[in-house]
Amino acid sequence: MNFEWLGRQSDNIVFLLGWHVLLAVIPLILGLLIALPLGWWAHRSRRIYPLLVGVAGLLYTVPSLALFVLLPLVLGTKILDPLNIVAALTIYTVALLVRVVADALESVPEDTVQAAKAMGYRGYQSLLKVELPVGVPVISAGLRVAAVSNVSLVSVAALLGIPQLGSLFTQGFQLRFFTPIIAGIVLCVVLAMILDGLIILLNRWLTPWTPKVVAS
Amino acid sequence: MNYLFDPRHWSGADSIPTLIGEHLLYSLIALAIAAIIAVPLGIYIGVTGKGVFLIAGLANALRALPSVGLLILLVLLISPAFPSKMGYILPSLIVLVLLAVPPILTNTYAGVRAVDAAAVDAARGMGFRTMKILTDVQLPCSLPLVLSGVRSALLQIISTATIAAYISLGGLGRLLIDGKAQNDYSQMVAGAVLVALLALFFDQLLAFITRRVVSPGLTRRTIKSASPAEPVKTPVTV
Repeated sequence: MNFEWLGRQSDNIVFLLGWHVLLAVIPLILGLLIALPLGWWAHRSRRIYPLLVGVAGLLYTVPSLALFVLLPLVLGTKILDPLNIVAALTIYTVALLVRVVADALESVPEDTVQAAKAMGYRGYQSLLKVELPVGVPVISAGLRVAAVSNVSLVSVAALLGIPQLGSLFTQGFQLRFFTPIIAGIVLCVVLAMILDGLIILLNRWLTPWTPKVVAS
Repeated sequence: MNYLFDPRHWSGADSIPTLIGEHLLYSLIALAIAAIIAVPLGIYIGVTGKGVFLIAGLANALRALPSVGLLILLVLLISPAFPSKMGYILPSLIVLVLLAVPPILTNTYAGVRAVDAAAVDAARGMGFRTMKILTDVQLPCSLPLVLSGVRSALLQIISTATIAAYISLGGLGRLLIDGKAQNDYSQMVAGAVLVALLALFFDQLLAFITRRVVSPGLTRRTIKSASPAEPVKTPVTV
């Protein structure tokens, strides 16, 4: 490891890290916001569930590099536009979470739903104040998987020349130089762990009624 | 789409069929090696309960590792020792295997764990030896989960083998990387479409194989000839 090089490059590395965070986190939030209503829809209708889960499965199958290249055709963007990466990762996040949200709502005990109804909760009130909060642990487990894989997938965009931590890999390859590669891998893993930890904390904060054990 | 339908790209040394062949060859070799490592290990951990910590730790840690970084790191480490093509084929295969082991391992473990304990007890009661219980009861019962692990491993491999074109591995990723280098977007699109189709095809193929080899008794789908033509009606008495 050449720490002197790291010191000289620190501004650039912080810039790349910032882009990496944006490209990984924005799709995560967008994906969750889209997956919540879709998952609820799949949960409500027995006919929609296999359809949505099937389409999600097919979308999840498309390799990331291929999706990054094909999206400009659909969106009308340039190939170097970071928007393609945001759109592609949003698609993956939605594809992963639709099923998770539907299963989370399904996991809410029928007694709980009945109790909410008996206490006078209307349909949407029961959904927002009872069913969704009870389903939070299942949803956040899915969100953790999406967050960690998004961080790894963003770095693939370096092959197209979109700046983020993956650029350290291509740079290291061209220079035959280990330092940027190792720095990039370490930062990616640390970023994934931080996001993972934040979701665990958020889950605990949203579900204060669960016993305080380390989530796994 | 011009690139894809140009007949010049369908024959010769670096033609589309050759690239598809290379992509499949590397993918299937990596899948075979991963399965040879992960299935027995998963069965061992599932049956004995030893090394369960490996399962959760390994799966999460490897998901966080960026495959591009790992690929490039290994190429720089290994290629000086192998002057020939092995310099990039070997690191690529190592990364593909590394990425494919966790899904197969965790699913095999979960599959063996999920086998109904009553079925194992019944087999033992019928005089099955431990080995026969494993091959005739536990393995067939865990097959759906094992195959679903193989399915996600293969998708991961096909996807990552595309990326490995960056470090000069053959396969469909070539069209994407060379297209990028030559500013030839239609070549990139051709590569992207073909890789996506390849992934979708193999995903559906494995889904089909799963339906064929998994015992219908496990999936609760009844075989047509075995189910009675008319459902037996129970008389209603009030």
